[in-house]
Parts: sequence; structure tokens; C-alpha cells
Amino acid sequence: MSLTVHIQKKLPNYYLDVAFGVDDEPLGLLGSSGSGKSLTLRCIAGIDTPDSGTIILNDRVLYESRRGVNVPSRDRRVGVVFQNYALFPHLTVGQNIAYGLKHCGKIERRYRVAQQLVQMQLSGLGDRYPHQLSGGQQQRVALARALAPEPDLLLLDEPFSALDAHLRSTLETQLSQTLADYRGLTLFVSHNLEEAYRLCPQLLVLCDGKMLAQGDKQGIFDAPGSVTVAQLTGCKNYSRLEVLATDKIRALDWNCILETEELVSPLQTHVGIRAHHIAFLDSLEGSNRFPAWLAGSSETPHRQTLYLKLGDPAENSQDYHLRAEVFKEKWDRLKSRPFPWSVGLSPSRLLLLEGGNPL
Amino acid sequence: MIWQPSLLSLQVTLTASLVIFVLGLGFGTILAKRRFRGQVILSTLLNLPLVLPPSVVGYGLLLLLGHGSPLKDWLGVDILFTWQAAAVASAVVALPLMVESTRAAIANVNPELEAAARTLGSTEIEILWQITLPLAYRGILAGFSLSVARSLGEFGATLMVAGSIPGRTQTLPLAIYDAVESREYGRANIMVMIMVAIAVLFLSWVRRLEADQSK
Repeated sequence: MSLTVHIQKKLPNYYLDVAFGVDDEPLGLLGSSGSGKSLTLRCIAGIDTPDSGTIILNDRVLYESRRGVNVPSRDRRVGVVFQNYALFPHLTVGQNIAYGLKHCGKIERRYRVAQQLVQMQLSGLGDRYPHQLSGGQQQRVALARALAPEPDLLLLDEPFSALDAHLRSTLETQLSQTLADYRGLTLFVSHNLEEAYRLCPQLLVLCDGKMLAQGDKQGIFDAPGSVTVAQLTGCKNYSRLEVLATDKIRALDWNCILETEELVSPLQTHVGIRAHHIAFLDSLEGSNRFPAWLAGSSETPHRQTLYLKLGDPAENSQDYHLRAEVFKEKWDRLKSRPFPWSVGLSPSRLLLLEGGNPL
Repeated sequence: MIWQPSLLSLQVTLTASLVIFVLGLGFGTILAKRRFRGQVILSTLLNLPLVLPPSVVGYGLLLLLGHGSPLKDWLGVDILFTWQAAAVASAVVALPLMVESTRAAIANVNPELEAAARTLGSTEIEILWQITLPLAYRGILAGFSLSVARSLGEFGATLMVAGSIPGRTQTLPLAIYDAVESREYGRANIMVMIMVAIAVLFLSWVRRLEADQSK
């Protein structure tokens, strides 16, 4: 089983140009809105047509501009869960799920609908209309409708965006179970990196229609490679860098000199570190440890965000170099310590990044 | 007599309605769903009767149905000054309301739903019948009702192509004109009340359909 996509399409504000493959593991398409991720998905489903390229699903050519092949949407065997679900409002839940089963006999159809209702925990709701359901139920109907015809490929377009935060995690668990049972390929579009990270072992990062990173999710998080990818994967701290030696840089925006684990290449213009990778140590002895003062802090339910200034005391709450995140317990122990604290930017945690300015 | 014009109006309006429904649905769907050369011209032609004076429409129909027209000279069909001509005039004048309502109602259907149906294996015809039309039906029905009411009230163009022959082509609006002209106010009043009652009925029905649609 495999999907190979290599398409180009010109749009008013960007040029979409992507090439990737999907195999047994779900692939997450990560990008901000207007990055081309939804368009890519629509091209694969046959809802939009690329300008050129090829789309091949399990040896079936769905699209090939050179030979003029463009299989219509209805014959692609691609299931789609739309962002707002696109449930047919005039049909019941059962009729919605049965919609893609026209080719089946009556008995088979009834059986498959019943099976989907049970699997999606929608038992007893078959005769309701979509507007009588909660958001979470609607999402499950959309998933059931897409999966009922047993498509070769399942496309999910931001399936959680219309839901409340507390519903998301429950439905996310259900979705990952459903996907584990599903015997086809999965492509998941999201702008939420944590969601994509949890659901997809493989990630593809898009920005302005271009692919910025592709591969194993851990690899992308550990070595984003570029400033944009680092940002899209949630990195909060950046500094321009000046190369001092092959393994030594000056972080211009952080007022410090850092030793690096990997060798610095001339293309790398920025250094970054994730907020939760900043260490708080007992002494200043050792590499990449700096005296730091607290400029301010803010609370989230389980963590504390600390704004730190290296080298000198902060003049006001906006005067800081780094954002660090620690769990509440750690914060309780930290806050009584006298300044300056010893902050460690471990060489193995530093991200050396190419290109551009932070967004 | 008010029965004769009433029955004649019924006959003419029913016939015109049938034509309006089929043509209006067809043209409205095509204009909403297809992009083609000459679309603007077709849309303009269909809408012309809405803005032109009835006398101009009537004159145009005289040319189309009368001497020298393909219909008469080649097919030998001569319907001028018959109730069929009145039906044609009613249909032509009322058609734009049906076409425009249908077009708007169909264009209003969320294209995402049609895309979803496509990914679920439906052909375009199936999508039209199973998704688009059922979702647009209130708007279509509202437009149809307006057209029927309009064709029932058609006067000017009908007078030019069908005349006002009592018992043969004199529909209610023409009979009212005739009654007023010959100062038979009693007869005129009854017919006027019938017309107003029907109009009010249709308009409230349309209003209800539109209210349901916006829900």
C-alpha cells in the first residue's frame, strides 16, 4: 500500500509544490493556514485539480498531467473527513453513512451501516438528523461515512478544529484507535502540532506551498533544520548567531557564547532552544551555563513560563532573552533561590537553524 | 359571467406553470452549475421580459408565433389568438422569476456537500437529484410560486398575442379590464377580490418557504 504525490499548482498568493509518499503509517501534514495543506488534500481527493504532476495510489494512477489522466473523485476510492464534516443535513445519520454504499446490496448496506454505528459509538442515533447531534457525534458520523465504503486512502482535514478543547482529547483517542483498525492509508491535515505529533508517526511541514521538512516526527522535532520548521513545531527561543569556531558561536540576541555539539555550517544563521529544554542548575561550573535573572513569569494550568535575562538583572518585564517552561513543582523549588540563577543551555539541546527571520 | 374567465385563467396558468417549472428548473440549474460561452447572453435573454414593457414582449411573441415565423411557416402551427398563445405569453413573462430563484437556491447549496458526495462515489446526476435539489427545494418552490402568481396576473403580452375573446382567450385580468371599461363594477369587484385573494395566498406561502429556508 502506498500513495505517491508530486504536484504543482499556481495560486494567487503562493505556488504549491509538494512531493511526498505515504505508506502504512499515518502522515501528518502540518502547516499554518494558507500553507497549502488543505489544497494538497483536495487535489488528492479530486476536488481540486493540480496544474501538473502525478498522484498514484496503490499502482492506480489517479492523476498524471503528462498523459492527461484525471480520475474523477467518485472513482478514486478516497474517503474524506471535511473540516466542518459536510454531513448531508437532509439525510439521517444512517442515510449519511449509507450514502457511499450505493453499489452494495440492501442487506449488505444495512449491515455495514449498523457496524459503523456500533464502532463509532453512535448506536441508537441512526434515525437522527445531523443538526440533532453534538459536535463530537457529528465528527464520528463524518468518519463513519468516509470509512463505510472502505476507501484505500483516508484524508482528514483538521477534524478537530470545530470542537471544544475537552472533547478533542477524547475524540483524538477514539480516532487513533479507529485508525489503528483501518486497513488503508491515512493523511491527516492539521495546524496543531501537538495533535499531529500524537496521531502521526510521520510528519510533513508545509509553508507557503513548499515542503520544509519531512520524515519521522521525532527527527523533525529534534532537528528542525530551519527557523520556520522550528517555529511550527513550537520552538519559542531564537537568536541570530555569529560563528566563532566550528563548535563555538556567539548568540547575538542572548548575550552569550555557546559551545555546540554539532559542527556549525555557514548556512546556519540562527540558534534556537525549546522552552522546556532550558535547565536550572546548582552551580555555574560547566559548559554553556550562565547567570540569569527573572524578568517575569506567567502561569498555565500545569506549567510556569519564566522570562529570563542572561548576564545582567532585568530592567523590566519585557527585558528578557529566553522563555523557559518548568512544571509547577520545579517552580515552587526555584522561586525561593537567590539571583543570579544558573541556567544551562546544553549543547545537545541547541538547534542550529538555517534561513530567514523568525515569523 | 365570471366562471368562464376563471376557468380559462386556471387552464392557461396550469399550462404555463408546467412550462415554467421544466424550463425554469433546467435553465436555473445550467446557469448555476455550468460555465459556458454565451452564458451572459442566455441569462440576459431570459431576464429581458422582467424589464421590458409587456407590449414589447407581446410584439416579440407576435413575430415569433405569427406570419413568417418558422413555427407557422415550416411546422404549420398557428396558435395566435388561442388560449395556448395566452399560456406562452404567461410563461415567457413569468419564467425569469423561476430561473433566478432556482439559480440562487442552487448556488446557495454548500459546494462542500457536493464535493463530499463526489468522494463517496456519486455521479453528477445523482448529486443533483440526491443532494443539490433536495437542499435547494424551498428556494426553488418559492420561485415557482412567485412565477405561478405572476403568470396568473399576466395581462399586456397576453392581450397582444391572444386578444381578449370572451370564452376563448379572455382570462381574469383581461375580463376585469373589460368589465371596468363597460362599467360593470359589480362583476369587476368580484374578480378583483378573487385575484387579490390568490395573490395574498401565494405571497404568504412564499414568505413561509423563505423563512424555513433561512433556518
